[in-house]
Amino acid sequence: MSYALELKDLRKNFGKTEIIRGANLAVTAGERVAIIGPNGAGKSTLFNLISGRFGPTSGEILLNGQRIDHKAPYEINRMGLSRSFQITNIFPKLSVFENLRCAVLWSLGYKYTFLKFLSGLKDANELAEKYMEMIRLDKKRDLLAMNLTYAEQRALEIGITIAGGSDVILLDEPTAGMSKSETTRFISLIKEVTVGKTLLTVEHDMGVVFGLADKIAVVVYGEVIAFDTPEAVRSNARVQEAYLGSHVADEQAGGH
Amino acid sequence: MSSTFKFKPYNVGRWVIWSLFAIVLIFAPLVFTSNLSGTMLAQMGIAIIACLSYNILLGQGGMLSFGHAVYTGLGSFVAIHALNSISGGHSNIPVSLIPLVGGIAGIGFAVLFGYVTTKKAGTPFAMITLGVAELVFAMSLMFSEFFGGEAGISGNRVAGQAFMGITFGPQIQIYYLIAFYTFVCVALMYAFTQTPLGRILNAVRDNPERVEFIGYNTQRVRYFAFIIAGFFAGISGGLGALNFEIVTAEVVGAGRSGGYLLFTFLGGATFFFGPIIGGILMVLAFVLLSELTKAWLLYLGLLFLFMVMYAPGGIASLIMMNLRVAAFGKLKQIWVSYLGLFVTGFVALIGAGAMIEMVYHLQLNSALGDTLKFMGVNLNAKGVDSWVGSIFILVTGLGLFEIARRHFMIEWGDIQVDIEKEIKRRETA
Repeated sequence: MSYALELKDLRKNFGKTEIIRGANLAVTAGERVAIIGPNGAGKSTLFNLISGRFGPTSGEILLNGQRIDHKAPYEINRMGLSRSFQITNIFPKLSVFENLRCAVLWSLGYKYTFLKFLSGLKDANELAEKYMEMIRLDKKRDLLAMNLTYAEQRALEIGITIAGGSDVILLDEPTAGMSKSETTRFISLIKEVTVGKTLLTVEHDMGVVFGLADKIAVVVYGEVIAFDTPEAVRSNARVQEAYLGSHVADEQAGGH
Repeated sequence: MSSTFKFKPYNVGRWVIWSLFAIVLIFAPLVFTSNLSGTMLAQMGIAIIACLSYNILLGQGGMLSFGHAVYTGLGSFVAIHALNSISGGHSNIPVSLIPLVGGIAGIGFAVLFGYVTTKKAGTPFAMITLGVAELVFAMSLMFSEFFGGEAGISGNRVAGQAFMGITFGPQIQIYYLIAFYTFVCVALMYAFTQTPLGRILNAVRDNPERVEFIGYNTQRVRYFAFIIAGFFAGISGGLGALNFEIVTAEVVGAGRSGGYLLFTFLGGATFFFGPIIGGILMVLAFVLLSELTKAWLLYLGLLFLFMVMYAPGGIASLIMMNLRVAAFGKLKQIWVSYLGLFVTGFVALIGAGAMIEMVYHLQLNSALGDTLKFMGVNLNAKGVDSWVGSIFILVTGLGLFEIARRHFMIEWGDIQVDIEKEIKRRETA
């Protein structure tokens, strides 16, 4: 069978340093996967490889059975994969509405046209309004994105990511920098807007991970050492040793 | 939900503004009737199109080009050759379509050079445009059949069949041709900002990386925008060829490119109408200021410097900020401060101006004696009195200006806070 997203022996070197060393992962369509791992394990690099920001050194990435490694980010996006960023990455000088409208344009087939007025694109406008309501920013419609609060910018980031209608969504630490109560609300928002989609998310907050994910992939030193249900991962000896162990040790040492 | 897109109350305002623009274009030569103002108005139309086309790159796409004159200039050359082929009887395009020939040439060269240029963004983009500009200018000295060498290529716009008695010989006829093109081009370039490509171009300016992840190839977006800018630049060049009836290598030169950058910025790159102000200022500076003083480029440089430092949004943003203040009825609180700024600034300018003029007089006109007239006063360029007096005026002016500026900044800040509060209050109400 073909998976929504599949990594086959993926490797990435920066100079002589191996960051990703033979990562394997196969995600079934509709699964919610949380990727966890200690700092510097290569989680973000993995996302950058999948989304085409970097090209892998070797190995394969398949999206719905088709090779996407060594394709440009926009080509991968057109094939149905979309990502958000750990550091907010929106269009600061465009309004909330314009941000979302830009994000829906390609998927509706408007491409590079300059022979149609935006105001006449009924489907694009309605879709942008719909996503704006989904991420609860409809009251901020005409505000420039740079003037939003941090949490609102994070929501817009998610909005831009899902607005193109991709089936596979990668969220890189969507709740980074948020307070506890914001995080809780935000997680339910993410669940709501990604219904029926394949979701991969990098997350540090263990409460979030176990609440959101159907499956957990543990990345340590550039390898996926475990990929299973939360319960199974929790009881996996290798994981406990390599990741959760050090995590507990961290917390005991007062770090975190 | 769909009804919100169909009716926009400010569409009425839009109609009013475009009608006013048309009226100004139509009646300007009837108000300013002298020969000089006639030629200036024609040049303004040309400059407006050029600056707006430049702003598609700078303001809308975040592409800092140092070589926009390549596209206006080559448009001019192709247009004048087309004009000469009409005069020579080799072709029979109507003269009124010559600017379009320039525009198509602009597209052609933008397709050719832009392919390389728009491969990169940011600083590499700027450097490539500089390289292309130098390349074309160097070629203009090599290929004298096309560029006409030192003398340039001249033509005669009274060519071919006259249409309904319109020969485009008299200045007023060429003015109305330019005015027509100006109106249509401004409208088209405004329309461009309201299209999907126009909006994605803004997105590329703001955050090119993110655009790649919403399905757009940023190189493509820049390339297409570059070609569109080239088209309008070429039209502007074609109009220039018709207006002056001579095209020299100077039109593809670095000075011309710098002028487009400078005046687009002065006018204001962040608002659509900014470059229109820029284009008008460009002609005023090149025609009037250069008559007024030999040091005009120095004054222009100073003005540019101050604008970049203190008002990076250009004149258009200054206008919009004050309109906002006026809309909240706060302008009357601050006009005294404005008066203070202008008066003290003017005093400082007189002091600085007197010294600049004396230096220029010593360097360029010393054969005419040591005295010169500056604002109705006789100055002695080698006299201690004149220098001390000028320095005194400059220092006094600067000191008072600084006091006025601080006072103004406090008032301005207070007003902005008030306006923010008012907006909050209206939102909650």
